[in-house]
Amino acid sequence: MSDLIDDPEPGQNAPEFTVTEVSGAVKRTIEGAFSRVRVRGEVGRVSRPRSGHIYLDLKDDRAVLAGVIWKGVSARLATQPEEGMEVVATGKLTTFGGQSKYQMVIEDIAPAGMGALMAMLEKRKKMLEAEGLFAPERKRELPYLPEVIGVVTSPSGAVIRDILHRLRDRFPRKVLIWPVAVQGAKCAPEVAAAINGFNAMTPGGSMPRPDLLIVARGGGSIEDLWGFNEEVVARAAAASEIPLISAVGHETDTTLIDFAADRRAPTPTAAAEMAVPVRMDLMSHLDTLGGRLLRGVSQGTTLRRQRLADVSRALPRPETLLDSAKQRLDIASLQLGPNLQKMVQGKRLELQSTASPLHPRILRSRIAHLEERSNELAKRLGPSLVRNTATGRDRLNRAEQRLQPDVIRRDIKRSREKLDGLNRRFAALASSQVAAHKERLNSLERMRQTLGYTETLKRGYAVVRDDAGGLVTTADAANAAAGLEIQFQDGRVQTGKGTATSGSTPQKKPQKKPAKKTPPPEDQGSLF
Amino acid sequence: MSDTPVTELSFEQAIAELENVVSQLDNGQVALDESIKLYERGAKLKEHCDAKLKEAEEKVAAIKLGENGTPSGTTPVEGL
Repeated sequence: MSDLIDDPEPGQNAPEFTVTEVSGAVKRTIEGAFSRVRVRGEVGRVSRPRSGHIYLDLKDDRAVLAGVIWKGVSARLATQPEEGMEVVATGKLTTFGGQSKYQMVIEDIAPAGMGALMAMLEKRKKMLEAEGLFAPERKRELPYLPEVIGVVTSPSGAVIRDILHRLRDRFPRKVLIWPVAVQGAKCAPEVAAAINGFNAMTPGGSMPRPDLLIVARGGGSIEDLWGFNEEVVARAAAASEIPLISAVGHETDTTLIDFAADRRAPTPTAAAEMAVPVRMDLMSHLDTLGGRLLRGVSQGTTLRRQRLADVSRALPRPETLLDSAKQRLDIASLQLGPNLQKMVQGKRLELQSTASPLHPRILRSRIAHLEERSNELAKRLGPSLVRNTATGRDRLNRAEQRLQPDVIRRDIKRSREKLDGLNRRFAALASSQVAAHKERLNSLERMRQTLGYTETLKRGYAVVRDDAGGLVTTADAANAAAGLEIQFQDGRVQTGKGTATSGSTPQKKPQKKPAKKTPPPEDQGSLF
Repeated sequence: MSDTPVTELSFEQAIAELENVVSQLDNGQVALDESIKLYERGAKLKEHCDAKLKEAEEKVAAIKLGENGTPSGTTPVEGL
């Protein structure tokens, strides 16, 4: 600060600070000016590291303010901050020189008005409802007379006392109290842990497992009751296998656990009334039943005895049963002899009257009549037979006449004529075919003869062969041959080798040439 | 009439059956043999219910919690 007094250069008279100094000055200024402020805003990101402090952002549409809730404070809070919650935070601003940042140290945080809190609760309720946690079919029946009742509440205070008093009045039972904080940050986790803890006990274990749970708390502000609106509590109540009665706050206060519980009691006292029946009522009812039971059975016996006596009185003495029968026997015995005689007489009369018309004469006349009838029938027997035979013969004759061999003979004749015709046609056809083949054969034969060399001979040609039988076709060959044989149409002539025929031979020789086709192949072979 | 041993019945079941037995006997429509059996059963049921009602003993205990929040035992609670 002493620098402020004499600074030689113009424009250099502003003081110089170290960073720490500035940081300290800012801290003092801010903490001085904002030592206690209430800030309204929406909770942004919330983080809860293991240290137990809560770091969160407060924000509105334009700015963000970092905030911290120290561990000791967070445990005291009635409402735990949640992202999206509209809150009013109370505390002071401070700086964090190390990082050139400032933040709010929050000492209390509360929802900004009932509206915001209710909106959040409604949202949570809708979510759990959609999951089916409040469904009526999940609700369990309360046991009629629980053996052990588990109470989740604050161990001190009026609530547990009210419950115990009312239980004592109605039906003293075994009660297990699970002490929990019923407000503040610890409330929800402790209540949830208690419900789960009771459920985790094994029946018949060292600690008796309750067969009914009561979660109770006295009346309070909505912030006081807020723990029972927490999701973890509602879930624990819904998941509880032990039937659960919720009795939180007064009748007008409704918290989420009321929806998830199997029954909701308006007050802790009412919860105790739901839990157990009135012992005295039951005892008197039981006594009544016992009385009716005894009366019922004794009345049954008495009635039956009475009836037995009545019926016995009406039963007649056995000897009287026989009297009238005996009398009837006597009367009957007396009447037996005379009646028998009377009956025999009657029957005898009847026999006489029946037997009197019975006489041989009647039979004889009947036999005669039958004999007559038989004779008459015998007389008719002969002619009948003759007539029947005649009729049969007539029928036979008629049938015979109808049977005519001519028809069959006619058929045979017709078939034979047909066969003859076919025969004739076949013969004619066959002979004409044979003639045609013969004709064709002849013409072929003629053609063959015309074309053969023998026919050529007829036209004046001759075939010359040498003495070896080979054909001679040239004059040189003829001259060379020892003898010649000439074939004419009517025979062959042998000539010695001479000139007498040489004149004619050359003439004929050329003519032989066409005939050379016919000689045997050995002649041809000799030409070469 | 059920054959379940009476001692296995809860109070509610026992008293419901007893009511049934009594109304049957009241009707007088039951055969004699049967009515004797019903009476015997009814007497047992009543005895059982009586016992259950006499069990009405108050015993209040608070759970002691260990360090990790799990129950470690109970302490009797007096004077509430």
